Amino acid sequence: MSETIRLAFVFARVGVMTFGGGYAMLPLLSRELVEKRAWLTEPEFADMTAVGQCTPGIIGVNMATYAGYKRAGVRGGVAATLGLVFPSAVIIALVAALLRGFADVPAVRHAFTGIRVAVCALVVKTAVSLLKSSVFGSSGGLRRVVPAVVFAAALALALFTNLHPAVLALASGAFGIAYSRLRAGK
Amino acid sequence: MTTLIRLFGEFFFIGLVSFGGGLATIPFLQNLAARTGWFTLAELADMIAVAESTPGPIGINMASYAGFGAAGVAGVVFATLGIVTPSVIVILIIARALSEFRASRDVEGAFSGLRPASCALITAVGIRLIRASLFAPEFDIKAAVLFALLIPATLKTKLHPLVFIAFSAAAGVIFGM
Repeated sequence: MSETIRLAFVFARVGVMTFGGGYAMLPLLSRELVEKRAWLTEPEFADMTAVGQCTPGIIGVNMATYAGYKRAGVRGGVAATLGLVFPSAVIIALVAALLRGFADVPAVRHAFTGIRVAVCALVVKTAVSLLKSSVFGSSGGLRRVVPAVVFAAALALALFTNLHPAVLALASGAFGIAYSRLRAGK
Repeated sequence: MTTLIRLFGEFFFIGLVSFGGGLATIPFLQNLAARTGWFTLAELADMIAVAESTPGPIGINMASYAGFGAAGVAGVVFATLGIVTPSVIVILIIARALSEFRASRDVEGAFSGLRPASCALITAVGIRLIRASLFAPEFDIKAAVLFALLIPATLKTKLHPLVFIAFSAAAGVIFGM
């Protein structure tokens, strides 16, 4: 029980500190779950982001449910999700009730222009650390070349086509299965 | 009561069909506004601004805001629970299936393909965000300077992300970004 409550609190804290959507949550989650508590390893964290992106729903909620389940089963998944959304619901209800013109206040607008730049830098940092563990983390030779090629191909498709992220995720998963079968068959 | 059940149902559907994060819910919300009259299109624009400028996942914020407009505090609860329920069910099924088949070579294979692709998707988001906040609608020198300062700081230090957010918010206000 105490573990469930702890999960809810950890995710509530992540929810309060996330500005600018699910991707802005990644560096916070990586700090809380990987660096500080070691609840997930770097590869498990990469799995979580992959699952979060290729399933329906809000990415942040998907990741919270996944991490919570890994830690404490179904109860953990539910607790992490409720923890994550609780602060949002409270804050939005307050904002909606009290400050309808909140986003029009010039100081608020300036602050958010600044925050958006910080979100950019934080997403870059997350991409760099994931890149280190999932592409350059493996030992040399083909083990390194294949993930690098998948990364480059997926990046090009994500940037230059309108393919849905879920399509890319499914295609790369299928490629991974085919490739590992091919290698095992040799 | 019927409004609350409808709120839950409508947001359950949105949670089920919107892939790829909070902003993917916008087209569905637009459709919802037209059908129900719970909020107007102008209010939808406010909703997006508020959702992006308050803490929490954007999709949750949008659901809460729309729920409040439709039915007050109870509306917030029903809309929010509606949008998260499909995620929780789907992810629990997937997570359980994954841990049962953890040892399977195919699951390992699938993740060996997924990991670099997921990393590429995040990199692409980073590039789009940089384009939107530094180069659109025109090159923003103040934002570029701030970004240039932040990159080495985020990569080299273990400071909490909120430190960078607070610093940048202050910079935005002080320098009128």
